[in-house]
Amino acid sequence: MSTTIAKLRAAQAHSYLTEQRGIRSWLLTTDHKRIALLYTFSVTGFFFIGGVFALLMRLELLTPATDLVSAHTYNELFSMHGIIMVWFFLIPSIPNTLGNFLIPMMIGAKDVAFPKLNLASWYVYMAGGIIVLYSVFRGGVDTGWTFYTPFSTVYSQTYVVGAALGIFISGFASIMTGLNFIATIHRLRAPGMTWFRLPLFIWSHYATSVIFVLATPVLAVTLLMLAVERIFQVGIFSAPLGGDPVLFQHMFWFYSHPAVYIMVLPGMAVVSELVAAFSRKAVFGYTFVAFASVSIAVLGFLVWGHHMFVAGQSVYSAMYFSVLSYLVAVPSAIKVFNWTATLYKGSISWETPMLYAIGFIGLFTIGGMTGLFLAALGIDVHVTDTYFVVAHFHYIMVGGTVMAYLGGMHYWWPKISGRMYPEGISKLSALTVFLGFNLTFFPQFVLGYLGMPRRYAAYPPEFQYLHILSTAGATILGVGYIMPLIYFLWSWHYGPAAPPNPWRATGLEWQTSSPPPTENFETTPIVTHKAYDYAGMKEELRLV
Amino acid sequence: MFSPPASMLREHYSTPEQQRETVTVGMWIFLATEVMLFGGLFTAFAVYRMYYTRGFDQGSAEMSILLGSINTAVLLTSSLTMALAIYSAAAGRLLRTYGLLLLTAVIGIAFLAIKFTEYYQHYQQHKVPGVWFESSSPDAGALQLFYVFYFAMTGLHAVHMSIGIALVVFYAFRTAAGRFSSEYYTPLEALGLYWHFVDIVWIFLFAIFYISGLHT
Repeated sequence: MSTTIAKLRAAQAHSYLTEQRGIRSWLLTTDHKRIALLYTFSVTGFFFIGGVFALLMRLELLTPATDLVSAHTYNELFSMHGIIMVWFFLIPSIPNTLGNFLIPMMIGAKDVAFPKLNLASWYVYMAGGIIVLYSVFRGGVDTGWTFYTPFSTVYSQTYVVGAALGIFISGFASIMTGLNFIATIHRLRAPGMTWFRLPLFIWSHYATSVIFVLATPVLAVTLLMLAVERIFQVGIFSAPLGGDPVLFQHMFWFYSHPAVYIMVLPGMAVVSELVAAFSRKAVFGYTFVAFASVSIAVLGFLVWGHHMFVAGQSVYSAMYFSVLSYLVAVPSAIKVFNWTATLYKGSISWETPMLYAIGFIGLFTIGGMTGLFLAALGIDVHVTDTYFVVAHFHYIMVGGTVMAYLGGMHYWWPKISGRMYPEGISKLSALTVFLGFNLTFFPQFVLGYLGMPRRYAAYPPEFQYLHILSTAGATILGVGYIMPLIYFLWSWHYGPAAPPNPWRATGLEWQTSSPPPTENFETTPIVTHKAYDYAGMKEELRLV
Repeated sequence: MFSPPASMLREHYSTPEQQRETVTVGMWIFLATEVMLFGGLFTAFAVYRMYYTRGFDQGSAEMSILLGSINTAVLLTSSLTMALAIYSAAAGRLLRTYGLLLLTAVIGIAFLAIKFTEYYQHYQQHKVPGVWFESSSPDAGALQLFYVFYFAMTGLHAVHMSIGIALVVFYAFRTAAGRFSSEYYTPLEALGLYWHFVDIVWIFLFAIFYISGLHT
């Protein structure tokens, strides 16, 4: 026993965390694992800043009147909440932290294809984030995260150009990341790691990266036109000067709808790994799940118009967008059914990551099904811009992506930090998050269906009891998010040392020490098996 | 068959072929993002051209087809010198590569000089959009929109040209410093891809801004 511990200690002394020391070795690192940690700290910071804005909004909505903040401040709160959560938390959350850490390890590579570009992406992201925060402190933005024209270009008196510039800059971080991942997955796979031996985590991130590189430049150029119109007062989108405001919506959603899949595909990536590891079975229908990721990425580019059913587009394009939006449900449903089928006859264990994964499957299903309501032309007219929409996308983004992010963080925490997190309190926090989340957002479906519009600081008194439920839930949710922050920080120093493979999981990342050495593997691994070879692992254990 | 100096192989690659192919793949992906970046502007341009055919035709007719054509010829020549530079590198004639790269940069600067001459003419004719814009045309609004796109798109192209020229000069000096050989010139190939891409964008810009109004 003591020799094992001594071995673990020795491995940890030679890890990526300790090989070089000092702040310089972190800020100038080109190691994908260290860059992943830099990103982890940054997105966590932005998550809590965005969360404070959300909490202030929920407090304002506790009563029907505008008493805590003015209507103008409320507009700024929801705008900054959206901007920070979308571009500075959700988009980089899983790809830049877990993806950055794991993609090279899962394919048996020493690093990503372009390590310096990887570091540059973090600096670009931080520069964008700091510019956005600066705009917040100079007075914020009140356009909503969607920057709809002509309000954003003609009427808004706030720091629109500053916020747009920050998002424009951070977009290049997305592009660099996507480019890096695609080149890495194509060219840096270890010997024997064929495309159909890749973990599904890689397939999903590949699909995400395709969206990163093809959609983000369109957002960049759209924001550029927005800034040109606002600064020079020329009419690109402004109707009195001959522009077309709906064109802005087309171009914005051409990016922002695929961006929704940037946010959820990495969540699906994580859940595929968790479900397999904790039911000790290969993911059911591997090929289908892999191609489902790719088809979500492709179809995601063809459905942007469903955000504009009431914006005055032609009824024929509305019908086209409606039908294609239904089609996206097919690959999403394939994934949900295949995860569920993976559970069937598996030896399921209920560690914290699995709790999050199961939570994801349930909440993503609700979020996805309500998405179909919104893709239906008739119902969408009734619930457009109501809390129904707010509840729908929070079920995907928070119930889906954030749950997956936390689940993945718990699952790979031993690999990242070399320490085990405390299991008991983390199970409690997973349940707190799940309960708090549902209490926050389920009442919002009802609110929206009854006609409560989004983005209003005041509302009729009959909606108050639903708003009280929602605010109470948000408080519980906040507690659920602070708990992991505390015990992760605690376990970084005081957690018990983690063995190389605490979950007895397959996957190359578990075959190296925890935390891994800078070059990831002592020798380049040679892959001879498919992913999720739990049956083979069982066989081997029996032979031993 | 392919063995660059050991220092050229970065440590996270296992073979030189892998490194070369990865760099090329990376450059092509980057060019895909550039297609989408310019694509957004081309789409918006196409939409407004459909709305305001007359105003946009008038704008195009105001362009100097002579300067535009000369500039197109100039830029295509720079693509030739760039291609020859890479060809020479493959043949191991690196001094020639160095000269051709510098020539490419000079031709690129000539292109920008002609472009800015045109901009100056537009400025004198009060055709820069915004408060300075003046036109007695009944389609003044559409005409101004035409110039918004003209300046935005050729301006973005000029930004790409400037970055390209800086890179060409940088790699010319790297070539002179003996960083490349007939076995290893991957960065030059990637640079060439970028340069040709920026040229191709100009071909499209020339078509939509200069040629489309010729008949009016």
